[in-house]
Amino acid sequence: MKAESQITVDYNGNKQRYISAALSAVFMGLGQLFNKQYIKGSIFILYTLSLLFTTVDKFASSLKGLVTLGTTPIEDHSLFLMIEGIVAAFLLLVIIGIHLFNVWDAYKNGQKIDLGEEVPSLKGSIKNLTDNFSAYLYIGPGMLMMLVSVIFPIIFTVLIAFTNYNINNLPPGNIISWVGFRNFTDLIHLASWRATFVRVFSWTVVWAVLSTFMSYATGLFLAIVLNNPKIKFRHIFRTVMMISWAIPGFISMLIWRGLLNVRFGHINRMLTSIGFEAIPWLNEAMWARVSALGVNLWLSFPFTMAVCLGLLQSIPGELYEAATVDGATGLQKFKSITLPLVLKQLAPLLIMQFAMQFNNFGIIYLLNNGGPARFGAAGNAGDTDILISWVYKLTLEVMRFDYAAAVSILIFFMVGGFSIWQFVRTKSFKEEELVQ
Amino acid sequence: MKLGKKTQERLYLAFCYTIILIGVIAVLYPTVWIVGSALNPNNSLFSSRIIPEGASLDNFRELLTHDEYPYLRWYWNTLKIASLNAIFSVVLTAGCAYAFSKFKFWGRKYGMITFLVIQMFPALMALVAIYVVLNMLGLLNTHTGLLLVYVGGAVPFSTWLLKGYFDTIPNSLSESALIDGASSFRIFWSIMLPLAKPMLAVVAMFQFVNPFNDFILANIILTSPSQRTLAVGLFNMVSNQFANDWTLFSAGAVLAGIPMMILFLSLQKYFVHGLSGAVKG
Repeated sequence: MKAESQITVDYNGNKQRYISAALSAVFMGLGQLFNKQYIKGSIFILYTLSLLFTTVDKFASSLKGLVTLGTTPIEDHSLFLMIEGIVAAFLLLVIIGIHLFNVWDAYKNGQKIDLGEEVPSLKGSIKNLTDNFSAYLYIGPGMLMMLVSVIFPIIFTVLIAFTNYNINNLPPGNIISWVGFRNFTDLIHLASWRATFVRVFSWTVVWAVLSTFMSYATGLFLAIVLNNPKIKFRHIFRTVMMISWAIPGFISMLIWRGLLNVRFGHINRMLTSIGFEAIPWLNEAMWARVSALGVNLWLSFPFTMAVCLGLLQSIPGELYEAATVDGATGLQKFKSITLPLVLKQLAPLLIMQFAMQFNNFGIIYLLNNGGPARFGAAGNAGDTDILISWVYKLTLEVMRFDYAAAVSILIFFMVGGFSIWQFVRTKSFKEEELVQ
Repeated sequence: MKLGKKTQERLYLAFCYTIILIGVIAVLYPTVWIVGSALNPNNSLFSSRIIPEGASLDNFRELLTHDEYPYLRWYWNTLKIASLNAIFSVVLTAGCAYAFSKFKFWGRKYGMITFLVIQMFPALMALVAIYVVLNMLGLLNTHTGLLLVYVGGAVPFSTWLLKGYFDTIPNSLSESALIDGASSFRIFWSIMLPLAKPMLAVVAMFQFVNPFNDFILANIILTSPSQRTLAVGLFNMVSNQFANDWTLFSAGAVLAGIPMMILFLSLQKYFVHGLSGAVKG
């Protein structure tokens, strides 16, 4: 359409494009017939008719099911009605899309007639279609997979957040109903839930910030030490330190779970054998948090160390030579050359790491089940539980699916906002023109 | 008093070696401990020694013949799921990445943002939904169901990785092939894929390792013991409040960990490169 505004087009006063578009909008395929594309028009008409005769009532009942979520317990299963409804709504969108495409196609070909050009034959249309759409063919399979196992569950979760699907209300024995924003307001208004939510949320933020910071500080520090050419065997040391990343994470977490055990853990055995008192590594709130942070550091520093080493080696040596000539000390060189250059490169990684730590379920759950448990905490939230592990407990232990979904949405907004912000800042996005 | 330059340097080097020593000990300590307890002949860990007296391979023997823990079965399940996950993920994401990198089409930019945002969310967040959907499809407690979730979840991140790599392949290559009359699929198959082999290998590796590490999805989807993967099986050996199967667990962990460790250490360059490359864009 941009082209039209730039160059003046002479339609000779013809209105074919509007008429055929309008006809196609009323009933699919009519516009194509009007444009004398008989075969294409017939295909569209057949498609519409088959749709009308076979599925209209099914669509209507599926969408109705999505609105009411069923009326009679046992007979109607609210969850299945919900899934059917989402699928129906999605298919409806696809059908609307095809319809819009059909209107657009009629308009385009009508335009060609107005301009006195030849209308492409069916063969030409198909070739045109496959050329334009081969991109969609390549994306299709992956997209479909993602749709089924990622996007669909996310939509479903979002819907659950607005229902009362929980332990007191399980289908098919009960009918689930829509409750609007009540789950979200409950998290704020009900005192015990609010207290737990605020506690878990603040610890999640502290956790994500501290573990990201610690892993980068340690990684950078070790990288600088190992980057010194005077250190002998530094490649061997580097490889040895990669071991803690190389062992499958869940194994290391479970190993640490054993090592830190208050009664038979090896660390406490060593401490007591040299006369210290046993430390409740996993059994007291403060220590449990320190342990989680420590073990996470153990797991995550090799990656940042490796990245930092790569960055350090990419800094041109002349910079340091010039600084030495100017009489800069080691510390000055670090402060004005190394740190700024490395930090600039690390910024996007830091953000990714933060998002990952925010949702680092594995370490919290495998190390300590989110514990130590706290008596009377809403939704079984223990002292080291972060939002995502709380969601897990809300789902599997206390079966408050509605609250779990609501908390998931909150996480979604926090992490999603972060990742979009980071993406918009990247160069590849800025240089990309909007493809029409 | 000012220290001589040489002394200063020596002190700094000594400091560096101390730091390295601490790092190495911290990394090796749990590793050595787990090997030690795998060799421990007693069924308990009441020992403050790292390498036990009378070390033996009894734990391994017991683990492989244990009635309650079908360890070899878990191993086989995990290998199977890991391989299939790697293959399917590579096939699906190669197509997506090629289209995003080399085609101009409506919705490209928003498609890419969608992939980026979704990539940030662990499947865990939609736990209930995944469970209900798989239940409806009759795929609970099947490896197919688990694979479906793994592969679908792998698409966004791996697509970003691969797209970045395809972007570095100059367009002139595909354009000249186009002039010679090659179809887009031919360009994809005979030019793009062979050139992208290193990154395809990285994607395959990531997806191969994932089932070894994932506990949560496997735990929820696979309910019967014989269907389990290593992560779930090993967790259940030690998570029980009264579990005293630590030595058996240790043997299992060593058997599962060593091959993965060797695989990883020999390919670590690609892992680091892949992970840091994905976000630079």
